[in-house]
Amino acid sequence: MEKILEVKDLNISFHTYAGEVKAVRGVSFDLHRGESLAIVGESGCGKTVTAKSIMRLLKEPPAEIKPGSQIIFDGKEDIVKMNRKRLKSFRGADVSMIFQDPMTSLNPTMTVGKQIMETLQIHKGMNKIEAKKEAIELLKIVNIPNPEVRINNYPHQLSGGMRQRVMIAMAISCNPKILIADEPTTALDVTIQAQIMDLLNELKDKFNTAIILITHDLGVVANFADKVQVMYAGEIIERGTREEIFYKSMHPYTWALLNSVPRLDTESKQELYSLGGTPPDLILPLKGCAFSSRCEYAMEICLERKPETTQLSPTHSLCCWLQHPDAPKVNRSEVVRGEING
Amino acid sequence: MGRYIVKRIIYMLLTLFIITTITFFLMHSIPGDPLAHMAKNLPEQVKANYYKKYGLDQPVIVQYGKFLKNVFTEGNLGESLRYPGRSVTETVLNNSKVSGRVGVQAISLGIVIGITLGIIAALFRNKWPDYLVMFIAILGVTVPSFIIASLLQYTFTVKFQLLPTTGWGDMKHTILPTIALAFSPIATYARYMRSNVLEVINQDYILTAQAKGVGTFSLITKHILRNAILPVITILGPQIAGIFTGSFVIERIFGIPGLGSYYITSINDRDYTMIIGTTVFYAAIFVVAQLVTDILYGIVDPRIRVSNDNE
Repeated sequence: MEKILEVKDLNISFHTYAGEVKAVRGVSFDLHRGESLAIVGESGCGKTVTAKSIMRLLKEPPAEIKPGSQIIFDGKEDIVKMNRKRLKSFRGADVSMIFQDPMTSLNPTMTVGKQIMETLQIHKGMNKIEAKKEAIELLKIVNIPNPEVRINNYPHQLSGGMRQRVMIAMAISCNPKILIADEPTTALDVTIQAQIMDLLNELKDKFNTAIILITHDLGVVANFADKVQVMYAGEIIERGTREEIFYKSMHPYTWALLNSVPRLDTESKQELYSLGGTPPDLILPLKGCAFSSRCEYAMEICLERKPETTQLSPTHSLCCWLQHPDAPKVNRSEVVRGEING
Repeated sequence: MGRYIVKRIIYMLLTLFIITTITFFLMHSIPGDPLAHMAKNLPEQVKANYYKKYGLDQPVIVQYGKFLKNVFTEGNLGESLRYPGRSVTETVLNNSKVSGRVGVQAISLGIVIGITLGIIAALFRNKWPDYLVMFIAILGVTVPSFIIASLLQYTFTVKFQLLPTTGWGDMKHTILPTIALAFSPIATYARYMRSNVLEVINQDYILTAQAKGVGTFSLITKHILRNAILPVITILGPQIAGIFTGSFVIERIFGIPGLGSYYITSINDRDYTMIIGTTVFYAAIFVVAQLVTDILYGIVDPRIRVSNDNE
């Protein structure tokens, strides 16, 4: 499969009054055509910043993409080096994005039709009539009933799920090669969540669009992603195929994430698992493993030196001192409760 | 929508009635009366006749009844008590036309320049254009209009002799008063617009628009402006009311025969009919302006649109 996106040693800092916050620290990954990649992690781990940087949507300043960072699109162009004019034609056409909260991410004073048409008019040079026809088609594709009527609705006249469908219609309008979905289901209730994820899956196959799914919920990932990357404190700490992450993951943080997914088989009185502590302050220089302060298995070396990357299979790798031959062996099956049914 | 407007008009009439009533009793409670200045040297009998002629010898409540009867049967507000023979209705309407011309120009100038400056300030937040606009805005709010008027007169009539100092008739007479009157609205709109734009810029839908590849110009005109302008409309209502009633100070300085001075002189003269006339006029314009503002809200923001066809 062809690489559509190569992120190489991405470093992003925010310059604040308190100091430089190193939000993304040396992230590298590849995305292939038509592939779905999930980036998982808790709030503030840098997953949204990574996603926004792919569209160069970060406000620079205060954000700064550090020199040396590369985001190669389609094997030829470096997104980090794009000028304003190219960015304008790039956003929405080559890469598009769906945001977390459909309640606030549509313009309240514009009909949804106009908002979809706008993208078509900018990138495909359509006139109003063509764009309107196409917008109705797009609303059909995302399963909105009565598209001819809905096109004249304002966002407040639609439900949350419908609004997210409109966002998706907008995002796929120009057949982008990459679709970034930043927590697309967080603001929706669970049944709608499943519908939206199914829709994204369907569109991925139909248009061969690569999808980057940003989420903090491994439950959402279970049915969806080909590959999963777990981020913590601005770094990717474990990556692998979906099966590898769900059934063979070896990083204690990934285990913690897996354990915090609510299951149907837990007893009703049982407390849900939650990981104690907070992520490290990214203003201070990090010594050792970023997760060491919250890790049950932390050893002396974890506090002193950063772990190396260990390759467990061609697709599965992680950064953890437990992988060192001299480290004590932890039995995964004793730590991770049950399995998540995908 | 039609039903809504009819309902609003009924409320408006009720409001006007209440305002008129309160004004009527308030003005009668001020010591003195419209005839006092001329009546004090007259013989008792002549004085009594005068008071009788205007009905001022009767209790206030009776006068009020007569006043209402007059308004509803003849539809006019009577004659000025101070200047017999001058119709209050005509005076108000004619003079408000003059005030209105300057007022409309000033408000239009204020809206256009104020909103533009506000947007510029927000887009260049904490850079020199922002500081410059905010400096102008602070001047506009703090410096009284008569000082600005005098400065304008000095610059354009004494120093450069481009425009007339005072008078009324041509377009050129309206230029300086328009600018002097526009200063404060410019300042107000600029400040409001700046803070609204800053708020809207951080909304998610602006990010969505950027992610679609919308250029800076369309971003401002299509996405930011319409969402940011709403609070400006709120303050527009009361300002529209000020348009037709004119400004006492500015009209005095530029010698404009507007309505502004009547608000002050009629009260000093205890010219009862004129007080009622000017007050009712102001109140009427005010409530109409409020209605217009509310309708404008709906046009600008579909979420507040009043409609029966919602579903």
